[in-house]
Amino acid sequence: MQMNMVSAINNALELILKENDKALLLGEDIGKDGGVFRVTEGLLDKFGEKRVMDTPLAESGIIGTAIGMSLAGLHPIAEIQFAGFMYLGYSQLINHAARYRTRTRSTFKVPMIVRTPVSGGVRTLEHHSESPEAAYVNMGGLLVVEPSNPYDAKGLLIKASRMDDPVLFLEPTKLYRLFKQEVPENAYEVEIGKANIVKEGTDFTIITYGTMVNVVQSVVEKRKLNAEIIDIRTINPLDIDTIITSAKKTGKVIIVHEEQKSFGIGAEISARIAEDAIYELQAPIIRIGAESFPYPFPGYEKYYVPNEVKISKAIDKLLSS
Amino acid sequence: MFSEAFDGKVDYLQVMDEKGNVDQQFFPKDVDDNTVIAMYKNMMFTRAFDNKVLSLQRQGRTSTFAPSFGEEATHIGSAMAMRKDDIFVPAFRQTGVYYARKMPMDLYLLYWIGYEDSNKIPKEVNGFPMAVPVATQLPHSVGIAFAQKYQGRDAAVVVYVGDGGTSEGDFSEALNFAGVWKTPLVIIIENNQWAISMPREKQSAAKTLAQKAFAAGINCIQVDGNDVMAVYKATKDAIENSKNGPTVIECVTYRMGMHTTSDDPTKYRTDEETEKWKLKDPILRVKMYLTAKGIWNDDLEKKTIEEQSKELDDIVQKAEAFKPDPEGMFNTVYSFVPEVLKKEFDEAKASNYWQ
Repeated sequence: MQMNMVSAINNALELILKENDKALLLGEDIGKDGGVFRVTEGLLDKFGEKRVMDTPLAESGIIGTAIGMSLAGLHPIAEIQFAGFMYLGYSQLINHAARYRTRTRSTFKVPMIVRTPVSGGVRTLEHHSESPEAAYVNMGGLLVVEPSNPYDAKGLLIKASRMDDPVLFLEPTKLYRLFKQEVPENAYEVEIGKANIVKEGTDFTIITYGTMVNVVQSVVEKRKLNAEIIDIRTINPLDIDTIITSAKKTGKVIIVHEEQKSFGIGAEISARIAEDAIYELQAPIIRIGAESFPYPFPGYEKYYVPNEVKISKAIDKLLSS
Repeated sequence: MFSEAFDGKVDYLQVMDEKGNVDQQFFPKDVDDNTVIAMYKNMMFTRAFDNKVLSLQRQGRTSTFAPSFGEEATHIGSAMAMRKDDIFVPAFRQTGVYYARKMPMDLYLLYWIGYEDSNKIPKEVNGFPMAVPVATQLPHSVGIAFAQKYQGRDAAVVVYVGDGGTSEGDFSEALNFAGVWKTPLVIIIENNQWAISMPREKQSAAKTLAQKAFAAGINCIQVDGNDVMAVYKATKDAIENSKNGPTVIECVTYRMGMHTTSDDPTKYRTDEETEKWKLKDPILRVKMYLTAKGIWNDDLEKKTIEEQSKELDDIVQKAEAFKPDPEGMFNTVYSFVPEVLKKEFDEAKASNYWQ
């Protein structure tokens, strides 16, 4: 069935609620309104207020109570309306969701999912376009995934709901309705911690995820490049083996993400490659990311978010070195 | 044109006064002499534990420790009011609660020595690990209470927070959620007058901390937190009423000791104040009550001290015999062990980093 990312996630949530009676959804405006992006549309009618709960407007409250629910045997799936507002719940995610299992040596578990829209490119007001993934991965304990297409979104979400871990599920706003794809109607899993080789190639490797995957694909297709494209899909844990294998194979690597270049996920990927494959590289690693300052107002975002031109020029530089 | 800031009355409950006299009208009907003796012994143990661990800490045998001196009645009264299936969610100064709920105390001591293995809390204790980030346990307690109701279990949740904790956003958010969801929750504000060096009157302009419940549509009461019977009675009633929703109980008590072993209270408060509170000691008044009733005497006291001293020696010996397992750090982070962690563990082990 043809689905965009919104319908694929909606479909996944419906299947999860059907399959797992411990699962419930909570968040702001997710009931009658169906969420500000309509991701949960129709689910209140199908499952009732008990399983699809509108909450008071408080991010720490949503994440903190979800942690409590999961400690007591439920599998809550919380929606935070925008990633820019989630910092109010950051303490709960980092101090508790991420730590509870290990600080109790697996005696207590926190099976829960926090879904939130990320990244920009859709001309929203300020605080609605951030790509904050790096802020959630450098303490460990949270699984962080970010799909780039409807198929992966559904499979990753279903997989997350069947795991005993806290999973931060980042949904790129721009991709919600950008394109449709054939998505199976039944439940299926996409493995968490496993990268996807979107396209095989031998000249160089582009490592990317989220909003940048289709931008990279477009450049590669237009220029008919023999590039290997890797969509990491899971940010924590990184599929380092797939990354290193490709880096060794092609000897040239570009990392492309929408979040800031400075201190971004690309820094970790680049350091891993340097540690394990530097003697097999034929050129310095190039990182492409947003400029190193806070996300601008919508009028300026085209100067901020990496685009095809920026990626194409970086490829020229890589291939000529 | 504006209503004035709330200046009304929050009910205040005291059942047993400083001399051990009781108000029969409020004396809990289910409390017999043996229960009072058990309360007394539990409070004695809590204090003995504090003294023991303080001494261990001064010898470098534990990490930082937060003693409960003066707050024993708040712990024991509330913990003993819980039914078997009720659940507690502590802050970080609830030694008496853990003890009264039958936490293996050698395991509890491991927390202060410095091992996560302490948090392998047996199921039957029905309690959660301590929460150090102030007030962050409150939203959890709301979620845990929500889950009891959601799953049709007849269990209430009792959560603890200090006076300082009531200033945190998580306190307000949790009360607000609990009010809307009508969760079976008892929120105990353990108002010990001091948040490290910050006195109660500088923490909030509110006349009582209990009244913060009003804004969330929650019932509340203030009790003498040094009166084990008042704490017991209020908690018991709140638990019985928990099917209808949450209750806030402010226990007015006093932190007789330091915040933790890392601070010196003489720097920020007067001896005069502390001396005044000594007269309201929560343990002393129960001893007076029991003695006046003729069911306690010096021999029983001496015998109990000896028994508890031996119990404590066993606890310390067991806790100090604990052997850490570094592999546990690596394989309990997620439901699986990611490659990165596997490699880090293998390297550490093979290279013998942990001699």
